This record gives sequence, C-alpha cells and structure tokens, in this order.
Amino acid sequence: MLRFILGATGTLFAVVVLISFFSGVSAYFTNPPEELASEVFHREHKELRLASDGPFGKFDNAQLQRGFQVYSEVCSGCHSLNYVSFRDLKGLGYRDAEIKAIAANWKTPTPTINPDTGEPSTRKGLPSDRIPAPYANETAARAANNNALPPDLSLMTKAREGGAAYVYSLLTGYQNQPAELLKRFPDTKTPPNLHYNPYFANLNLAMPPPLKGGDVTFADGTPNTLENEARDVAAFLVWTAEPRLAARHAAGLSVVIFLLFASVLAYLAYRNIWAEAKRQVRVTGALDPENQAKARRAKSKSGITG
Amino acid sequence: MSFSWAKPYEPKSAMMKWLDERLPLPRVVYGAVGGGYPVPRNLNMWWNFGVLAGIFLTIQIVTGIVLAMWYYATADGAFGSVEHLMRDVNAGWLIRYAHMNGASFFFIVTYIHIFRGLYYGSYKAPRELVWMLGLVIYLLMMATAFMGYVLPWGQMSYWGAQVITGFFSAFPLVGEPIRQWLLGGYAPDQAALTRFFSLHYLLPFIIAAVVILHIWALHIPGSGNPTGVDVKDEKDTLPFHPFYTAKDGWFAAAVLTAYAIVTYFAPNYLGHPDNYIQANPLATPAHIVPEWYFWPFYAILKSFTVDFILEAKLWGVLAMFGSILLLFFLPWLDKSPVRSGSYRPLFRVFFVLLILDVIILGWAGGFSPTPVRVAVGQLATAYYFLHFLVILPLVSSFETPLPLPKSITDSVLHGEAAEAAPAGQKPRRGAVATA
Repeated sequence: MLRFILGATGTLFAVVVLISFFSGVSAYFTNPPEELASEVFHREHKELRLASDGPFGKFDNAQLQRGFQVYSEVCSGCHSLNYVSFRDLKGLGYRDAEIKAIAANWKTPTPTINPDTGEPSTRKGLPSDRIPAPYANETAARAANNNALPPDLSLMTKAREGGAAYVYSLLTGYQNQPAELLKRFPDTKTPPNLHYNPYFANLNLAMPPPLKGGDVTFADGTPNTLENEARDVAAFLVWTAEPRLAARHAAGLSVVIFLLFASVLAYLAYRNIWAEAKRQVRVTGALDPENQAKARRAKSKSGITG
Repeated sequence: MSFSWAKPYEPKSAMMKWLDERLPLPRVVYGAVGGGYPVPRNLNMWWNFGVLAGIFLTIQIVTGIVLAMWYYATADGAFGSVEHLMRDVNAGWLIRYAHMNGASFFFIVTYIHIFRGLYYGSYKAPRELVWMLGLVIYLLMMATAFMGYVLPWGQMSYWGAQVITGFFSAFPLVGEPIRQWLLGGYAPDQAALTRFFSLHYLLPFIIAAVVILHIWALHIPGSGNPTGVDVKDEKDTLPFHPFYTAKDGWFAAAVLTAYAIVTYFAPNYLGHPDNYIQANPLATPAHIVPEWYFWPFYAILKSFTVDFILEAKLWGVLAMFGSILLLFFLPWLDKSPVRSGSYRPLFRVFFVLLILDVIILGWAGGFSPTPVRVAVGQLATAYYFLHFLVILPLVSSFETPLPLPKSITDSVLHGEAAEAAPAGQKPRRGAVATA
C-alpha cells in the first residue's frame, strides 16, 4: 500500500514537470525567444598574465607601485579603497617614511572631529588611517556622477567573473558602438552619458573611459601606454583584494608538501598493518619457495649457473 | 557491542582501571572506535567517507568558533568584519578560507557517503534507522550551510536568503505570515541576520549529537560491507583498531591534501564572485544561484513552470522538499533482499543513470537558465522522481540477482578452498591452500 501511494505521488510529480516541459518546448518553437544585444555582442575578457597568477605566484612590487600610482592619480578621483590602510602599502615595498609622506599628502584629507567644538573636521592622513574615500557619502558620489555610484575598488578583482583580466579588458575595451549592432538591434543605441564597452555585462556603462594612455608618468621609465597602465592597475587591484596572497601561496606549498609526506607515511603504515590481514594463500607449484629451493639445488648440482 | 567475539576492554594501567571502574568512558571508546569493534574485513575505499565526514564536521566547528570571535552579526558590520579578519588578523585569511572550503568538502564527502549507501543497500534492514538518522544529519547540514552562507552579508548571501525564505510564501494563506515570522521582518535584515548567526552556531552541535546516535545505531548490527552478506563468524571481521584506523588514517591524510590544495591555491573557486560585493537590497544580481551543493535541488525547484491545479511555485517547493523526504522511505521502496548493487545487474544500470541524473540536475541548477538548460532540467527532475518512487520498487520485484558468496571470507578468497591463516595471523609453514 505504502509503495503504491509513493509510486502514485512520484508519477504525479513527474507528470506535472513533464507538462511544464512540453509547454516550454512548444512555447520555444511557436514563439522563439528573441536574442538580446547584450547576449550577442558581449565579449569574454581578454587574456592577462600577472606575476601573482598560479600556485607559486608572487607580487611584482614595481608593477604594484606603478598600479598604485595610476590609482592615486586617476582612479581615486571617483573610486574609494575602503578596506586598504596606508600602512598596508608596506606590502608594495614602500619604506615607513615614504608611507608617512603618502598619507600626509593624500588629496582627500582624513575626516575627524574637532576636539574643541565637536564639529566635523579634517586632518592630515596617518599611516594607520584607511585611505580616505573621494566622496563623503553615497549621495555626494551620485550627485557628482550623473546619479551613478562609482563602486569601491578594494575587492573588485574578487567580485567580478574573470577578476584582474576583467578589469584590464574593461579599461582597454572602450570603443564606438559597432554599426552591425545598430543594424540588428536599432533600439539599443548607447544613451547619452553612457559609454559602449563590449566587456561590460549590458554593454553600456556610466564610467567614461578613465585611461587613454599617457595619463601618468612612471618614474621607472615604463612606457605609459593604455595597456601598461591598465595592466598595472589591475595587478594593484589583485593586491588590494587580497594583500595576503603571496603569504597564502608560500604557506600552501609547505602545507601540501607536509601532507603529501604524511599521506605516504600513513599509507606505508597501513600497508604494514594490513600485511598480515590480507588474504593469506601460500603459492603452489613452481613458485612455491620449497620447490624453488629444490630447483636451485638441482641446478647447482648439474653445474648450471644463473 | 555487536558480536560475541568482540574483545572486552582491559585497562592496561592502574589509572585507566581506576577510571574505568568509576566512569567507563574508556570502555565505550574502545568498543566504538577501538579494538573492541569488529568490522567486516572486506571494506573498500568507499567505506572511508563516514569518518571523513566526521573529520570535516570537526574542522568546521573548530574554525567556526574562531571565526565567531571576529565576526559582528550586524547588517552594517558583518561584511567589514570578515574583510578585517582576512586582512588584519594573523592567519585570519586561513581560518576563513578553511571554513569556506571546509563546508564544500564536508558536502563532497557526505555526498559520496550517501551514494555509497545507495549502491550497497546500506539503508536496508537492519540498518533503516542508521539511514534515517543520516538523512536527519544531511537536512541539518543543509540548514546550517544555508544560514552560514548568509552571514558574510554579501550580495549572494542576501539574495539567497531572500529566495530560500521565499519558499514559504509559496504556501497559500499561511505562507507569507510564516515567512515574515521566520525573517523577523518583510525582508532579510538585522533580525534575520542575528537569528541566522545564533542558529548557525547552534546547529553543528545538534549535528554532532545526531552523529552519535547515527554511530550508536550503526554499531548494533555492525558495519555493512561490499558483498552485503551478513557477518557469520570471527574470520569475517577485523578489529576497528588498528586495521581501520590505519586505513581511514592514510585516506584522511590524502583527502586533507586535496582540501589544502583548494584552500591555499583556489580558495574562491567554489564560491561566487558576487559574494564579495556587500549586500544591497536595492540591486538584484543578474542570476541568483545557491552554493554548488544545492544546485540539483535548485534545478528541481525551477523546473515547475506551469500552474497545474496548484501554483507552479508551490509545485516547485513541494518537489524540492519531496526530493529529500522520499529518501526516508527508501528502506520500504526497495524490496530486494540483496543489499549490494554488485549482485544486482539491473539495479546497477539504474544506479549509474541516477548519478548522471543528479549531475545533470546540478548543471541545470547552477548556471543561467537558458531554454535548453531548463528543458533538460525538467526531464532530469521527472527521472529523479520516477527513479526512486517507480523504477526502484519495480526493479526490486522483477530482478534476478546474481548468486551471493557464502560468506565474507569466501568472497575474499576468490575461489581458493581455504586460506592458510585466519585474518590477522601469520600463515603457518606448510599450510597450503589449493585452488
């Protein structure tokens, strides 16, 4: 009886889901879904190779410093880096005195409270401060950017499919809307105040092209092409998203070597313990040790060696 | 506990003797996971995963307790507190990544453990309660994992909570009030976050308690084995310690190596990038997907797209809950007296189909719902219900099983008439087994 009730219930669920299946299939053929411009013209991110890639990846400090320069001279005009403190810049290879100077000369002063009046005030940045955000709050940020909100960049390379390669593709991917797109989808002309970029999910984003090449002058003589600037700032954002990445890789290597070693030893211990518990069957015939000994004796008697 | 030849505990030192007379804890441990628990001698590698699940539960509890020391359960502070841990706390990133990926590995080993039970008929008499307690653990794990995923208060945390608590609103009349009561509001917010944190801390200890019941119930009939044949005499078994502690031990070290590789070198591979964006009730992600271990169930939920007597959404919710609840009836659905799938030629074919079906459901549930993916998911959903509720009972009635070995020892011998020495002893000189 129980099996009958359960069988009927199972059949009912299967029938109902098959009704959904057939109505879905018939809808697909009678009224095929229309393609969207963002499905046809969206592009996969470009390839980007960084020193931090792979299980043995380490940061390239010179590149991170160049990326930090791009952030501080260009990106920081609109984008915050809320989870990064000035003291963290030590990870890029800056000395304490340099970090002090960077913090003190940061273009946005650190918000504080006037100890005498209790009113909001500002002071020079200290190494222990978080990097101050360019706007006081979301309303101020939207007011300055046509109602668009520039996202915080601290975790950007972890928060997007493709990570650093996505950031690099987006920064170097601005272009004019292809004529073919407008021919196929006449209603999807990029609106004013938005900018066409095939690497962005819906193809049109509010951020105007932030880098054009030649935006900064690198102290180490690296050519300031658009690609170099974009690659360096993407590398820098890998660091801001995970400053402990190099330590993680180094620790992981020793942990995995230790565990592999432990696994091998534990396996040998297992084989040793089980050696006598496995099926014990004595060999017979030619491979029987007693017969082999007999054969050896006969061989040596008749003078055959080997 | 289970067999008459199980060795009783003998204290080796005066102190243990003293303790054993007053509180026989050493006796219990010896009988449960020591030399006093006889285990079939023919277990294969698929029997290692229960112990592994226990190891991952322990890892989750230990790392979780440390995480809770740094976590703020506030809607404004939760995301930032996790980032503070990741950046500014010594080895904080390790604790966090170990917990994140520990959850995934807990589910990986549990799924293998469940499919081991499905193939070898571990749910059959006399182990029905072992199976059902295991399902209770699994349900508790799912609730714990869901609530844990909400805690970092990222975009997927928030919208996942929105979708999953939304299940309840599918029920007519009572649904919406129940949802609001569970969330403590109209949408996930501070009240929901605080109670999820409280329950996420509580449930693992309840899981640990049910694990004790699961093992207790298991040790009454004793462990099953790949032949499904009952243990007949002492020759069929080996003491748990040192034989299975050694076997589980090396296997655990090997699986922990895989876990370390993922945790240290690809810690975000199994996660979703959107959860590194702080929760924003005003911005819905393009595709809301749960963690990978819920994908098959998510596919079942989404497969019901047409109203038929009941609303489609309610069908989806009923089917999703039903897909797990039906497993409780498995001991009575599968009537075959043969436990092991190795001796059931027809069952084995359908078992392979079931594995493929669940993988297809995972694929259909984990990625953006294109028309093809939805259609394939619907067929796979239909098969899932038919497999357990129609095919399995029929197969168990009509199938002719292969002949079973006479005993476990017999199955190990592969045709030799007798073995030279009982298990665990050196072969005697001159004792020759003939083929």
